[in-house]
Amino acid sequence: MPKVTVDGTEIDVPAGATVLQACELAGKEIPRFCYHERLSIAGNCRMCLVEVKPGPPKPQASCALPAAEGQIIATNSPMVKKAREGVMEFLLINHPLDCPICDQGGECDLQDQSVAYGRGASRYPENKRAVTEKYMGPIVKTVMTRCIQCTRCVRFAEEVAGVEEIGAIGRGEMMQITTYLERAAQSELSGNVVDLCPVGALTAKPYAFEARPWELTKTPGIDVMDALGTNIRIDSRGRAVLRALPRISEEVNEEWASDKTRWAVDGLLHRRLDKPFVRVKGKLQAASWEEAFGAVAKAAKAAGSSVAAIGGDLVDCETLYAARELVKALGGSALEGRQTGLAYDVSSLAAVNFNTGIANLERADVILLVGTNPRHEAAVLNTRIRKAVRKGGAKVFAIGPEIDLTYPVQWLGAELKTLTKLPKDVDEALTNAKRPVLIMGGLPLKFEGAHGAALALAAKYKLVRVLEDGTAWNGYNVLHFTCARSGGLLLGYAHDGGIKGLAATKPKLSFFLGADEVDYSLFADTFKVYLGHHGDAGAHAADVVLPAAAYTEKPGTYVNLEGRVQHSLRAVFPPGDAREDWTILRALSEVLGHTLPFDSYDELRAKMIADVPALGVNGVIDYGWNPPKLPAKPTETLTGYPIADFYLTNTICRASPTMQRCSAELVHGVRKFAEAAE
Amino acid sequence: MSLLDQDRIFTNVYGFQPWNLAAAKKRGDWDGTKKLLALGPDEIVEQIKASGLRGRGGAGFPTGMKWSFMPKAPTPERPSYLVINADESEPGSCKDREIIRHDPHKLIEGALVAGFAMRARAAYIYIRGEYIAEARTLFAAVQEAYDAGLIGKNACKSGYDFDVFVHRGAGAYICGEETAMLESLEGKKGQPRLKPPFPAGAGLYGCPTTVNNVESIAVAPTILRRGAPWFKSFGREGNAGTKLFQISGHVEKPCVVEEAMSIPFRELIEKHCGGIRGGWDNLLAVIPGGSSVPLVPAAEIMDAPMDFDGLKALGSGLGTAAVIVMDKSTDIVRAISRLSYFYKHESCGQCTPCREGTGWMWRVMERMRTGDADISEIDTLFDVTKQVEGHTICALGDAAAWPIQGLIRHFRPEMERRIHAAKGGQFAEAAE
Repeated sequence: MPKVTVDGTEIDVPAGATVLQACELAGKEIPRFCYHERLSIAGNCRMCLVEVKPGPPKPQASCALPAAEGQIIATNSPMVKKAREGVMEFLLINHPLDCPICDQGGECDLQDQSVAYGRGASRYPENKRAVTEKYMGPIVKTVMTRCIQCTRCVRFAEEVAGVEEIGAIGRGEMMQITTYLERAAQSELSGNVVDLCPVGALTAKPYAFEARPWELTKTPGIDVMDALGTNIRIDSRGRAVLRALPRISEEVNEEWASDKTRWAVDGLLHRRLDKPFVRVKGKLQAASWEEAFGAVAKAAKAAGSSVAAIGGDLVDCETLYAARELVKALGGSALEGRQTGLAYDVSSLAAVNFNTGIANLERADVILLVGTNPRHEAAVLNTRIRKAVRKGGAKVFAIGPEIDLTYPVQWLGAELKTLTKLPKDVDEALTNAKRPVLIMGGLPLKFEGAHGAALALAAKYKLVRVLEDGTAWNGYNVLHFTCARSGGLLLGYAHDGGIKGLAATKPKLSFFLGADEVDYSLFADTFKVYLGHHGDAGAHAADVVLPAAAYTEKPGTYVNLEGRVQHSLRAVFPPGDAREDWTILRALSEVLGHTLPFDSYDELRAKMIADVPALGVNGVIDYGWNPPKLPAKPTETLTGYPIADFYLTNTICRASPTMQRCSAELVHGVRKFAEAAE
Repeated sequence: MSLLDQDRIFTNVYGFQPWNLAAAKKRGDWDGTKKLLALGPDEIVEQIKASGLRGRGGAGFPTGMKWSFMPKAPTPERPSYLVINADESEPGSCKDREIIRHDPHKLIEGALVAGFAMRARAAYIYIRGEYIAEARTLFAAVQEAYDAGLIGKNACKSGYDFDVFVHRGAGAYICGEETAMLESLEGKKGQPRLKPPFPAGAGLYGCPTTVNNVESIAVAPTILRRGAPWFKSFGREGNAGTKLFQISGHVEKPCVVEEAMSIPFRELIEKHCGGIRGGWDNLLAVIPGGSSVPLVPAAEIMDAPMDFDGLKALGSGLGTAAVIVMDKSTDIVRAISRLSYFYKHESCGQCTPCREGTGWMWRVMERMRTGDADISEIDTLFDVTKQVEGHTICALGDAAAWPIQGLIRHFRPEMERRIHAAKGGQFAEAAE
């Protein structure tokens, strides 16, 4: 613990801290452009200069200088002030004065810091430099004249995203940031460079000229695009969500978000269900709520207790709970959330949970991936694995078809039977590993034996153990990729035999809660009530459509893949006649004569937590460790991964013009879109 | 006082003899190298320290001390490296070229001795891209040395394994900066690294590395053969040894010549260059150490000792001892403006003050050249150089600032005269 003096205040700083961190600990603000906590230190903007004694008689870049015992640091001396003014002046001489038309305006580091540390006037009478725009894909808009060459985007691409496709070419004044051959960076995390860019050089294409930050209402929410539960801030104006930005959450997403998380939000304005529909003579016709409820009541009367509920991928726990209670009240019990037909054992939820935890993943030293493509199934989680490889030197093995995961992987072939006899080097690595991790994707769970074989490996290599430092370690993980999965399993949305098993019970009335990935041919003979927000597969098949709220339009509880209970707030109201899901179910229950026992969201939550205490946990649910004994002789060979198109995985993305464009350009390689957009 | 022929280290600097191994051996290179190595690493470092050799690349850091920073027991997983800086791109400098052209074996032998002294596994010689013929010579010389068993496995039968690699640069001045050179060697864009960590701690491929100038390395074997006291007997205290001076510009006979340190400027010019063109009264100014040091006006330089401390006292520096002589026919503002263009062109663009400042300075200098400026802009220009100097990652920012500072310090009246002249001889607006 070196002791340093910052502007006359003596403080102890942790060993290994930089002078910049020491100054921050002392409560001093140090301006910076290139420095970013989660990226390597570049030290090139020179904005963080401070005076340090002992040392050379010139200002030092505090971001790169280690704090050492006895340093006397001045952050407000005349030398420092002059240095900052100088750097600020240099940054501005070639920076355009186009703040009024710049999307970064209002949230621009350069703007803020030039007010705080700049000189107020320029002494530079020459012409300014201009730089041509670069093409960086459907998400990132470039105005490279504004670039101050801080290289944050370059470092992000290389270090976090793992795509070495952004770099600097040229030198001196002519240095330019560009992508390799000006192609879109092939990263599902490219949107993060927009947040990282301290100026308006990289801004968001879908948000171009849309709004100013001070017009936006900012609501903390939880993302539903994958099972990670990325913490987001929903920025809305009026009834429209304009963008979603990551919130800092060390345990979940650090401060990253996938492109889908960020920009699927424009799908919330398209193809929305904004009034009830009832199928009349084979055709859906707009109806009033009374008519729709009447149609359901008629079907319910005929169905009796033969009622089922199928949960979709994006729904919150409250919706699932309210539907479950309604089904129960009607005398039914058939619940299923695994729409695509998975039917794995759920006798112990620990056996289908991401037990290591997202943050802990970066401490792993040996990782075995089984039939999963974390880049698509949980893009931000993949950065944790990459961090484990980059920083901790973790070794990664994988079973499945070979793909680029952004870090070196030793591929073990695509045969699941490899699980039962791992090659010698893998066996050795797992045996000697201190913090081994096995990550099982959703795909292998489909096949008989894989689940059991993975659990057998967990036992064989003691994936569940106590570490040297006394903390518990559970290296057994299942990587779900739908937001509602963990919550659904907790609420009992798992039927024997999965969705096929449920369909075999031939329910007469089924509630589909935003379920659009279901094979509706299984449900030909049931009266289908679709409760959801987008006109997609579910609405097409339904007999009655009840327009509900999307994730930004209702408060909700979500459980992510590691069992973390998180809450989201309502940012905007649902469009038209659409209502929050639970209120629809509550109103319907009254019509059906089985009034649900809650009249407000708070009552509903209290009831839900009383029923399922785990959902009241503040943090991560502890499932214990009591894995079931399952058949462990898999024979299948994996031929692909379940997510064929990262950008079009759910109803919201499919309705999103931005995601459609991403899919066309990045997945299908259509550049026509790009040209038209410019 | 001046250097005798028998005391010259670079006996073939004029290229009167072939560069090859046989001729080099006749000149005494590779003579008893095994015996030199038998001294042991620590003794070699001690002797170099005792000789008072200061780095010949410009900064003048004591070479022996630099070598002593290297780890005493490198491991095979983390070997030490010697990197030899032959990226001689400083305008005015041409000594490394002469060494490599005519005496490459001095360098290669030096690489072995120095590498052995710092327990390095290999030496990388980073040669400037434009030195095409020199690179050919160096490749051939290294091959000769390998073939003769002088380097490689069991170099000179000393039991020490030592490799020498020659790497050609691509013509960027910044790659002469030691950490940018390491980046370039690693195959990355040549941009200086932040220090700390210093190369002796984490250099090439993250391993301990020492970067030395060609001349510093090439003189080492001779120092060991003839003894530290011999080397120390030349030059003033703290500025020991002999040095290759490269005199260019307005002298009768420009040349590269080895002389004792601290030789007075007048003697250096009279003896080796045939005097100033047009006589001593015609001398305007001298840039005594390559483009990056401030110029010194005639009156101050004439009898100054040419060494580190003597030139530092004049507000300039010895640099690489690339003496650029300018007589009164020189457009001094244009000359410095051209240097500013050079630095603008060669700035790597990594850090703000240098990237933006070099362009700014050059543009103002161009206007100063024609007088299309305001008197107050001279002060602004000086202020800008101060904003660049000492605020950058590497010394290129300083190097870009110093020539302009030297110009303003010594030739401000000339700059003001041009501004007045451009305004039609009228007295320019008050300088505010």
